[in-house]
Amino acid sequence: MHDTHHHISDDLIDAYALGRLPQAYSLVVAAHLSLCDTCRARADALDMIGGALMEASDHEPVNPDLRANVLNALDDPAYKPAPAPKGSGPFPAPVMAALKGAPPKWAPLGMGIRQHILHEDQGGSVRLLYIPPGRAVPHHTHRGLELTLVLQGAFSDSEGHFQRGDVQTARDDLMHQPIADAGEVCICLAATDAPLRFKGWIPSLLQPAFRI
Amino acid sequence: MLRVDTTPSYDAWQGDTALALHAVRDGIMECEEIVDDTPKIKDTTFNETTRWLIAVRDHRDKAAFAKLFDYFAPRLKAMLSRGQFGAANADDVVQDVMLRVWHKAAQFDPHRAEAGAWIYRMARNRQIDVIRRTPPPSPEDMPEQVSDEPDAVQILALEQEGERLRQALAALSPEQRQLLEQSFFDDLAHSKISAINNLPLGTIKSRIRLGLERLRRELKDLR
Repeated sequence: MHDTHHHISDDLIDAYALGRLPQAYSLVVAAHLSLCDTCRARADALDMIGGALMEASDHEPVNPDLRANVLNALDDPAYKPAPAPKGSGPFPAPVMAALKGAPPKWAPLGMGIRQHILHEDQGGSVRLLYIPPGRAVPHHTHRGLELTLVLQGAFSDSEGHFQRGDVQTARDDLMHQPIADAGEVCICLAATDAPLRFKGWIPSLLQPAFRI
Repeated sequence: MLRVDTTPSYDAWQGDTALALHAVRDGIMECEEIVDDTPKIKDTTFNETTRWLIAVRDHRDKAAFAKLFDYFAPRLKAMLSRGQFGAANADDVVQDVMLRVWHKAAQFDPHRAEAGAWIYRMARNRQIDVIRRTPPPSPEDMPEQVSDEPDAVQILALEQEGERLRQALAALSPEQRQLLEQSFFDDLAHSKISAINNLPLGTIKSRIRLGLERLRRELKDLR
């Protein structure tokens, strides 16, 4: 169904599945797993290890009251978990959850490019980027790791051509200039662990104001 | 007090992975050499836990659910009681996870997961949620099973791969096993290592992919 060409590395999927990845990257991984069977299979295979370890682990007796509570609560609608969010348009379920079910509120970055910051903490930040057809995202460098997942449209840069479901993994100091394909707005989900540094576009003084 | 670390560092993870590759490569390589023969149906029944979960899913079978509870709750509690997570947290998560098993059973697809793997993931997510005070982003739920004709060959093939995985795990040294348990069970900030790259995951991944593709194919037929 999905013909993904650019995947997420196994070590990042492992880190995600084991809860070792900061929230910003975890969101990109979860969104990619929603679109890519190959990587979803890796994550599910890790769960098989977890399940096998759990089943082979020690037993610790459970309080009989807890057992009775659970069995008595089966028909009680109060204990029914809230339904998981559903994907909508270009946004897979985990992105809709991060958007709290509402459409993105785009903030202009200049040159027609817009962003919506979904989450940021000390471990990194993650945003939606809106890039008009044929438009280039200015040259930028970054420290650490940048993950960019295409949700709609496509872009190209020196590393290749990226379409819906594809992830570009850029490590330290890769200098790159993604250019959106002509024809369709390109929407990406991008996580970084440090502020982006643009070359000769937004003056660096303004970067704190844009939080990029 | 539970240690809250909302910002695990990616650099630390990379270091751990590199360590793990050197530390754990010995000893389990032979497990990867098992020949992948065509799956044979030895008997026509699945693992007990999978059967119970299917009975819960398809028939809302409370007796089967009680069996699942009695099998999994003590194991979940042991997994969750490690480290600094604490007995009270463990009880809360056990209760929450077992109720989710009941309510989310429609999501269970035996072509893609064993019952234990499916339940492990729910427990791990709830554990991460409690530790970080925010739920981890989860991939989109797969559409519910639309066919009531399970592909027994595929389910049994996945179970056979699970059996191989269990053999490989049993062959690990106690130290290696402990490292894996830390990675899969413990407080996230403290888990040090992942030995997973040396486990026989290749065919498991292929089986799970088949399960995903089967589901997508069925949905397509339905439209």
